[in-house]
Amino acid sequence: MIAPPKPDLVTVNVDGKDIAVPKGTNMIEAARLASVEVPHYCYHPKLTVAGNCRMCLVEMGLPAVDPATKTPIMDPATGKQKINWMPRPTIACATNASPGLHIRTNTPAVVDCRNSVTEFLLINHPLDCPICDQAGECKLQEHSTAYGRGYSRFVEQKNVKPKRTQLGPRVTLDDERCILCSRCVRFSKEVAKDDVLGFIDRGSYSTLTCYPGRKLENNYSLNTVDICPVGALTSTDFRFKMRVWFLKQTPSIDTESSVGANTEVWSREGSIYRITPRQNDAVNDTWMADSGRILYKQVKAADRLVEYSIEGTAALPAVALAKAGGLLRAGSVAIVGSGRSSVEEQFLTRKLAEYLKAPVTLVSRVGPGDKILVSADRNPNVRGALVTGLVSSLPAQQLTELAAAIDAGQVKSVLSIGEDLTAAGLTAAQLAKVPVVYLGTQRNATSESAQVVIPTLTVFEKAGTFVNQQFRLQKFAKAVPGPAGVADDLATLAQLITAAGGPTLASDLGALWAIIAAEVKPLATVTYANLTASGLLLDGTPWAALPFVEGETLHFKPASPVAASA
Amino acid sequence: MNTIVHLWNSLPLVPQMIIKGLAVIGVMFPIGGACSLIERKVSAKMQGRPGPNRAMPFWFAWVPVLGPFLQRLGLFHLMADGAKMFFKEDSLPGHVNKFYFLLAPVVAMIPALTTVTVVPFGAYLGDGGQLVPLVLANLDVGILAVFAVSSLGVYSLILAGWASNSKYPFLGGVRASAQLISYELSMTLSVLPVFLWINAPGGTGSLSFFHVVQAQSGTGLSWDGAWFIFYMPVSAVVFLVSLFAETNRLPFDMAEGEADLVGGFHTEYGSMKWGLFFVAEYSHMMVGSGMFILLFLGGWNPLPWLPLASLVGWLHHVTGWAFTVAPVFVGVLSIAIFLGKVLGFIFGFMVVRWTVPRFRYDQVMKLGWQKLLPLAIGNLIFYALMIAAIQLNLGWPTYLALTAGAIAALAIGLIVPRRQRAL
Amino acid sequence: MPYVIERKPLTLLERLYIPQIIAGMRVTLKHFVSPNVTMEYPEQRPAIPAGYRGVPTLVMDPNGREKCVSCQLCEFVCPPKAIRITPGEIPADQPDRAHVEKGPKAFDIDMLRCIYCGLCQEVCPEEAIFLQNQYSMTGFTRAEMVNDKARLYELGGTLPDEHFKWDKKKAAAEHGNAH
Repeated sequence: MIAPPKPDLVTVNVDGKDIAVPKGTNMIEAARLASVEVPHYCYHPKLTVAGNCRMCLVEMGLPAVDPATKTPIMDPATGKQKINWMPRPTIACATNASPGLHIRTNTPAVVDCRNSVTEFLLINHPLDCPICDQAGECKLQEHSTAYGRGYSRFVEQKNVKPKRTQLGPRVTLDDERCILCSRCVRFSKEVAKDDVLGFIDRGSYSTLTCYPGRKLENNYSLNTVDICPVGALTSTDFRFKMRVWFLKQTPSIDTESSVGANTEVWSREGSIYRITPRQNDAVNDTWMADSGRILYKQVKAADRLVEYSIEGTAALPAVALAKAGGLLRAGSVAIVGSGRSSVEEQFLTRKLAEYLKAPVTLVSRVGPGDKILVSADRNPNVRGALVTGLVSSLPAQQLTELAAAIDAGQVKSVLSIGEDLTAAGLTAAQLAKVPVVYLGTQRNATSESAQVVIPTLTVFEKAGTFVNQQFRLQKFAKAVPGPAGVADDLATLAQLITAAGGPTLASDLGALWAIIAAEVKPLATVTYANLTASGLLLDGTPWAALPFVEGETLHFKPASPVAASA
Repeated sequence: MNTIVHLWNSLPLVPQMIIKGLAVIGVMFPIGGACSLIERKVSAKMQGRPGPNRAMPFWFAWVPVLGPFLQRLGLFHLMADGAKMFFKEDSLPGHVNKFYFLLAPVVAMIPALTTVTVVPFGAYLGDGGQLVPLVLANLDVGILAVFAVSSLGVYSLILAGWASNSKYPFLGGVRASAQLISYELSMTLSVLPVFLWINAPGGTGSLSFFHVVQAQSGTGLSWDGAWFIFYMPVSAVVFLVSLFAETNRLPFDMAEGEADLVGGFHTEYGSMKWGLFFVAEYSHMMVGSGMFILLFLGGWNPLPWLPLASLVGWLHHVTGWAFTVAPVFVGVLSIAIFLGKVLGFIFGFMVVRWTVPRFRYDQVMKLGWQKLLPLAIGNLIFYALMIAAIQLNLGWPTYLALTAGAIAALAIGLIVPRRQRAL
Repeated sequence: MPYVIERKPLTLLERLYIPQIIAGMRVTLKHFVSPNVTMEYPEQRPAIPAGYRGVPTLVMDPNGREKCVSCQLCEFVCPPKAIRITPGEIPADQPDRAHVEKGPKAFDIDMLRCIYCGLCQEVCPEEAIFLQNQYSMTGFTRAEMVNDKARLYELGGTLPDEHFKWDKKKAAAEHGNAH
């Protein structure tokens, strides 16, 4: 682990309270460190400063020095250095902390500024909060409550602008609500590197739009919806689906690639409505890819496996597990593990493999990395398999060895944990030769031909941990309950081990992590409960020589030159 | 009438008894039911609501005027209630003493139906123009028989309370026994002056009710013509209050106490067993009312100083119709007068029930032992002395002195307890 | 410190008790002959006072349009969680409603849960939900006791609307203040 460099601290005074902040911190962040909220719309900590909303106006003062001698001028009344307050307010977002900087955020002048800015912003705002998806998490709504006057002095007709412009396949723009903060413009340019958005026209006719012939269709377009302080940019998928105050937030991890972007799953009464990024400055800042936001649809997908079955006919869980155990007990089992399983499941898979003395292979999935938050390795937890000792080398994309072993008759049965063997290169003829036990969430060619199918849970229905490309152990929590009758994956694996004649292992996270900590050296000090939201960076040096496929992403640089070239 | 009497007397004893028994059951049960309906209607009116007026057999609805009228009257509720009581499940709780539990309603019915037999409910003119009472058993010991048998009624309450093996019924049973003992004394003492009066030395003694009524059947402005309530008001009041207590009616229904004992002795009862208790209660009310009317309100005599015989004679004289002196007409007329009085009295029972709140248990005991009993004893002594004085013909000054002394004693009795409390 | 109030001693008449009973009986007998005060319910119906909080209903505006925009505030505020709304989008091809954009796809009020508190009416920003004078909700099954959107509009009917908010929006759009 690399110790962060000690920041260069300066002392600033926020509302009469001295506080030490890193040099270069702007006044909004400095005030936040002093637990003072400075309202703002256009400022976003991960974007450049535009300073166009004027909401963060504060009074600023600097210690007085004699211009000639540069000696501090003391205030005889207090015995302290005199403060020269600026005659006009300044915007807190664009002013950096300097030694002795004084900020006043609660003077009548500041409040007056905020009131005026709010009144101006509300002049052409449609005030359609009852139908606005942003209601409940809207900065304009919050600040209007605090600084609005409660009625409008604007008697003229409000501007009418288009209410449902499709900016792209996933983003709908309601122009009337836009307060022209330009966060979305800056995001597209700076983070998504797809400069498609801009303002046209002037004054109250200013409108957000795409460049002619372009669309907001990059894989990060929905982040503009997240950062929009009002309800102007809305997600077409989430539009008018549910009010945000009904939704329960559950921390989760994006499973689409090994980046492991931290996410927030918003659910109500067992159904997930949307997924948004969760801030983790070491992994994904405050962003995530659009492709990761639709993963929740697999939970209620038509091809979801919800019942235990033997040879295609539904069976009781105990019967199906006994049948699977019988197949495994017969010996010569090949286990196909998964880079999508959580660390705990991979550990239990390892225990099963050790007990059955079965070889374990994983299937690698590789796609193009976009250098932001989607990496080339599309399995979220290949490093977890390395850490837990399930495998010792990187997996291949095709199961050629297993295919050869089946053809040679060395394998009597195959246990696939969520992997579609057909997609991984096994032919139907090869699958027909051996009975397959399939554990998975969705139906596919393998589940159709499998002898025993045991349904499992999606990442949203269980809790666990993943190890991302930085060897960062991150945990995810259970957002919604699984389908009725489907057991937790850890319980399923533990029962499978028992059914195969193996030892009885703990299947709850707390007890299982005690065993994992005891048996897996890199995780010796970890308990599930103690893992923080930002995750725990593990030592990846034992595997540094492996040719990982990932390229550079937002907060990751490949260690080995092999990977960098890939 | 004579042929009927003849035919009746020619019957053997056993059929006679069976017919009498059936007659009692056949009359008392419907009257008990009707009383419950009247009670519901009366209480409803007093509370400003119409009372039961819904039930009606669907085929009766088309009868033009009578149908809606009987429906408003709630008559079919009576039948529905009765039918319900008979057909509903007769549950027997598991924790009760089954034999006594089943016995209790039967024990309740026996005194209720038996006492009816000795209460004369009318009279007709016999062969010699003499009044003959209409009574199932014209016992010479009348009042004693009633007291003796009706006191057995409390055994049913005690049995029910004890056999239910449950706390509330048990408390109800205990209260019932204590209350009955307390008021039995005052009740008996209160009627003694009546019998002292009619059995004055020299005459033939009798304790029958018929005799009492006869003693109130004088004509003209004589002592005999006035009803006993006029010259024995204290007796009447004590008897009345005791009657309320004996019949377990509000404000003395300690044994039931819906508010504090959840129904008291009959908490564990249901269906017809429960219904029997209520028929018994209404029978007690009927018999009690009848007794009060016979003893103090002139029985079947229509008005004070206007006995039945005079009324019949007057009717015959005015109209000249022969049937007015026929035994059947006189009998029916007397029964009508008597029943009218009884129903009026029962109405009084109901008015009291829906007016006066229930006494506290200690108040019941205090009233019984500290108020009514001394009053009844004093009353007895006063009338004994008075009757003796009249018999000895001591003259008006003595009578007035006795009356003044009695009033003074009453006043002292009312004032002295206050003084004691003040100390 | 305990504080004892002596009860006023009873007068002689009161202690005799009988005059008091007779006075009481006079009262009850007076009621006995006075007319009934109760109402015979299914045949006679009470007059519903203004502001009565009966069954919650959805109302339409005088133009016969749905006022509810499915903001789900009533669902949120409902203490017994009797209201369940599935929001939906109003397609752009409905000329006089398109500018409303959002309306309920389904709107269920479970009258077995409803406590008639009126918070839904209080909270409604569009004045679309009203507790009106319907006071008798009965049914033989649980499903019958759930009022769906059609039933809610049937119960609610049309109420006068002083605001015509969406009409104003439409007028503004037609006025053409747009660029």
